[in-house]
Amino acid sequence: MELRIGEAFERLIEILQERFDPFFHVLGDGLTAAIRGLEGVLLFPSSYVLIGLLAVASWRLSGPGSAVLSALGLLLIDLMGLWQATMETLALVLSAAMVSLLLGIPLGIASSYSRWMERLLRPVLDLMQTMPAFVYLIPAVLFFRLGKVPGVVATVIFAMPPAVRLTLLGIKQVPRDVVEAAIAFGSTPRQLLFNVQLPIALPTLLAGVNQTILLSLSMVVISAMIGAGGLGEQVLKGITQLRIGLGFESGIAVVILAIVLDRLTHALGQSRTRPS
Amino acid sequence: MGTDSAPERTATREAQATAIEDAKISVLGLRKIYGRRPDKALALLQEGLSKDDILRKTGCTVAIQDATFEIHAGEIFVIMGLSGSGKSTVLRCLNRLIEPSAGRVVVDGIDVTKADKARLLEVRRHKMAMVFQNFGLLPHRNIVQNVEYGLEVQGVDKAARRAKALQALGLVGLQGYADKLPRELSGGMQQRVGLARALATDAEVLLMDEAFSALDPLIRKQMQDELLELQSRMNKTIVFITHDLDEALKLGSRIAIMRDGAIVQLGTPEEILTQPANDYVRAFVQDVDRTRIITAGAIMKRVDVIMHPKDGPALAVKRMRETDTSTLFVTDASRRFRGVVRIDDALTLVRENKHSLEGVIDTDVPTTTADTPIAKLVPVAAGTAVPIAVLGEDRTFLGIVGRASILAGIAGEQH
Repeated sequence: MELRIGEAFERLIEILQERFDPFFHVLGDGLTAAIRGLEGVLLFPSSYVLIGLLAVASWRLSGPGSAVLSALGLLLIDLMGLWQATMETLALVLSAAMVSLLLGIPLGIASSYSRWMERLLRPVLDLMQTMPAFVYLIPAVLFFRLGKVPGVVATVIFAMPPAVRLTLLGIKQVPRDVVEAAIAFGSTPRQLLFNVQLPIALPTLLAGVNQTILLSLSMVVISAMIGAGGLGEQVLKGITQLRIGLGFESGIAVVILAIVLDRLTHALGQSRTRPS
Repeated sequence: MGTDSAPERTATREAQATAIEDAKISVLGLRKIYGRRPDKALALLQEGLSKDDILRKTGCTVAIQDATFEIHAGEIFVIMGLSGSGKSTVLRCLNRLIEPSAGRVVVDGIDVTKADKARLLEVRRHKMAMVFQNFGLLPHRNIVQNVEYGLEVQGVDKAARRAKALQALGLVGLQGYADKLPRELSGGMQQRVGLARALATDAEVLLMDEAFSALDPLIRKQMQDELLELQSRMNKTIVFITHDLDEALKLGSRIAIMRDGAIVQLGTPEEILTQPANDYVRAFVQDVDRTRIITAGAIMKRVDVIMHPKDGPALAVKRMRETDTSTLFVTDASRRFRGVVRIDDALTLVRENKHSLEGVIDTDVPTTTADTPIAKLVPVAAGTAVPIAVLGEDRTFLGIVGRASILAGIAGEQH
């Protein structure tokens, strides 16, 4: 006898499609609006203005070296003629990362409260991270058709786990006696969370933000296969049309974007005070 | 209090009935079981099974077997025991950082063990403040923000809590450090911040969990002295946990010694030293420097034969012969100490046919008070042949301490 798990999954997707189509529709429209909006903002000023702003941010957060590196890298992208594609990708990355964090951080906090939640989440997170990324593309396309929205959805699934895990880790690392002290002085659970646990967990939490953003970037490139556009589309063109030069240039642009994002968000966690 | 519900009022009355007059905190039949079947373990405990047997039968660990004691207002109550004795668990049951499995904790008439969430918050905010072994300071906040924490969660407005916090920092001698971060301070200073944080809330009860154990010996001694000095001014009720007997003896008004989750002896430092309840306590107190703990009051002997200045010398001589001594102590009618009469002087008076001891009373003799540790009496005793007179208020004659008593006290013998 053969077990047809695949068929069962197919059935499940069909049912979800039938029952929740309006829901997916609304969700899709919302996400589309968010992505378009972000793209609009990123492409509104001239590329030089944005490069300047990012360089300044880099300077403030991690010093002159990073600022120069970021500025030169972004300038190179612009000169290669990939600015538009890069900004589309950045909009996708930021949308996906935002959604991942909005879901992931509360889930991390929730699992720090209940062992039950933690036990339930762990295998789910493992699954999300180890399942080949392409597999997410299929149901995403079924629910949201082709385009940027399924790209973001697949990316969220792939990029959320570190946000959950590192939030949980950060809260768990808060020294026991500090938590005890806060409770002993009459903190409510909410006061404990916002006055003590989250501020102390912040560096670890921000490391999670960094991871989520970088994973988003890697997945956004893959999701070009379902029409998410951006740099991934250029890479894809390079592969399918054997345009080696274009593929290489796009690859370089992805790497530069990764470096810029990493410098910005990594520094965010470092500049905070770490508990001794 | 008019809005209190009936059950609550009954609970309060019960508490008052069981608590003696000045008990600030009453702990009744407190038990704590860790494990999956605490009910079963509790039942077995009731049947008198040992900790090991219960662990074997139920897999539950008995952290506290049965703790019952009362803590009086204004005393430093020390709970002493080695690690694993359950002392920190008892402390945490007082403010329910750890939920007791059975028993009651009553603080100022409030049954903490029955308190709902709101009541418990009230107790933690206003009744008790806690000081931790590893300080428990918030690493991301500066010193004054740390000290403010208790007031902040109470919702005290910013200006008021800042003023209060700075005042508390002044009490522990850290005025100039308000803007520093905890990690910029030494261990001793961090613990002062911990103490200031506890003082800032004006709670009458301080729970101190091995508060000085993480400090090096010199700083530790200094902190003990400062705590005693602060306590003499502030008159808090302090519950102090320690594994160090010397610390317990130095700070404690009374000491509860714990072993395997049970209190094996509860008493004043002197009682613990002079009348150890069992071999465990005896082994514990063996190496203590008794001379600093045991006081003149504990080893002094009452004097039955006392002369008054009006008594005749012949009577004095007779009494000395009867008791086989060469000196007698003289007090006035209201037992105020005057001095001593020696046999030679008394005999001279008899020969001269005088009728009063007045004139030969030697007032230049060593005296001491009941609470003087015998360490201070040793040099005095070495320089005089006459026993040292122990005086109370208004120079009332209480008794005498002789060389033999001092030596016996040092050796730990009872009399």
